[in-house]
Amino acid sequence: MELGLVFVLLGAAVAVLFAGAGSAIGVGKAGQAAAGVVTEDPGKFAKVLILQLLPGTQGLYGLMIGFVTMVRAGLLGGSPMEISVGTGLMTLAACLPVGLVGLISGIYQGKASVASIGVVAKKPEQFAKAMLFPAMVETYAILALLISFLAVTAVL
Amino acid sequence: MGRQDLTYAVARIRALETKMFTEEDLNRLLACPTEDDAVEMLMAKGWGNGEDAKDGETILEHELDKTWETVRSLVEDMSTLDVLSYKDLHHNIKSAMKQVASGVDAPETYIDNSFYSADELLEIIREKAWHRFPDFLQKPAADAYDMLIKTGDGQMLDVMMDRTCLESIYEAGKRSDSEIIKKYACETVGVTDIKIAIRCQRTGKSADFMETALARRPGTGVDVDKLIKAALSGEGAVIEYVEETDYHDGAQALKNSMSEFECWCDNRIIDLIKPELRNSDGIGPIFAYIYARENELKSVRNILMGKRSGLPAEEIRERVRKTYV
Repeated sequence: MELGLVFVLLGAAVAVLFAGAGSAIGVGKAGQAAAGVVTEDPGKFAKVLILQLLPGTQGLYGLMIGFVTMVRAGLLGGSPMEISVGTGLMTLAACLPVGLVGLISGIYQGKASVASIGVVAKKPEQFAKAMLFPAMVETYAILALLISFLAVTAVL
Repeated sequence: MGRQDLTYAVARIRALETKMFTEEDLNRLLACPTEDDAVEMLMAKGWGNGEDAKDGETILEHELDKTWETVRSLVEDMSTLDVLSYKDLHHNIKSAMKQVASGVDAPETYIDNSFYSADELLEIIREKAWHRFPDFLQKPAADAYDMLIKTGDGQMLDVMMDRTCLESIYEAGKRSDSEIIKKYACETVGVTDIKIAIRCQRTGKSADFMETALARRPGTGVDVDKLIKAALSGEGAVIEYVEETDYHDGAQALKNSMSEFECWCDNRIIDLIKPELRNSDGIGPIFAYIYARENELKSVRNILMGKRSGLPAEEIRERVRKTYV
């Protein structure tokens, strides 16, 4: 396999690995808090579940970029494109935003979700407001997704 | 032991905080015409075990046990909360020493929420197996017990062990990573020294006695030498000294009565721990919850006792602490 293609694959891996890891940490942390609240008040299950899921989107964004990268490189069709080292490196660079921002935003969105779960535990009527705090973190994951998507489609 | 992730624990505490008494709840309890009505209200709120326990004191004991049981199930390393457990531990050690020295059984004097069972403590003391205590406690416990055996002076045992307890709380605060626990430990030592000095002044104790009773530790906001000097001069001098310290707001309460000062001390700690209501991680919110629960139980106990004694609501209200939520 050509080195260019190796970099393309590495880019897809970075997008999926880092963004997925960020989501796993965030969802895990929020899940612990959600379980804590549900132990005492099972009636709040639906509300805390939504808050727990919020940090999960980064993993999906990473998966999407990884998938697009592999499709555009022909890796899924069984006939990989011939890709130069330069193009391969550019693809890797294009995948970095969603990977790195996904990792960091996933962790911090998880922390924001934990705090919001605390709000719901005490004031369930403030659920809508509480959901906005972790949702704000999502903005940056979406921006990174956008840039990675545009860059991958431009390079490949 | 690695640092425990307390996310689950703190979230559960957040949910438990919603069941705590608010100021309005306490006012409603105060408005109950009799103790029985107040107990009914507590039971309606889910306090007690709902079956056999129908008297106030049993319900309060059950609630305290329930609080500690919950916290024990949440926190792997309970040494992070030593600062709150040492009072019970030292109380039980004193009880066990007195029981061994006098040979009189007094099982009702032990508090359950402690590090050792009554039988373990009795065994340690009978065998003088001080090494089974934590390092900081071995020598003070041995010295206090030797003194008790030589002199039979139970009051001096209390004084020595109470000081050891304060020093242990201070050291536990120093060991803690939590700022709130550090501050709590320092404030507890500071205000307790003031309370001890006032009692010593009222009972005409000597400077030597006060030297034995007071915990001398830096950062507590109290200069023990100045406090002893003030106590030897009179109660007014102690109040004047308090006005110069970080606890100057409590001077007025001290002028009124000791129970008002004790109430002021508890309220001050409640103000100190309130920011933990907004903290979503760490041991701080759990520590604050236990303290607040104990404080809540103290307020409810004062209300029930007031009702039992037929005190007017206003008089009972003076003994009711600030609420955490």
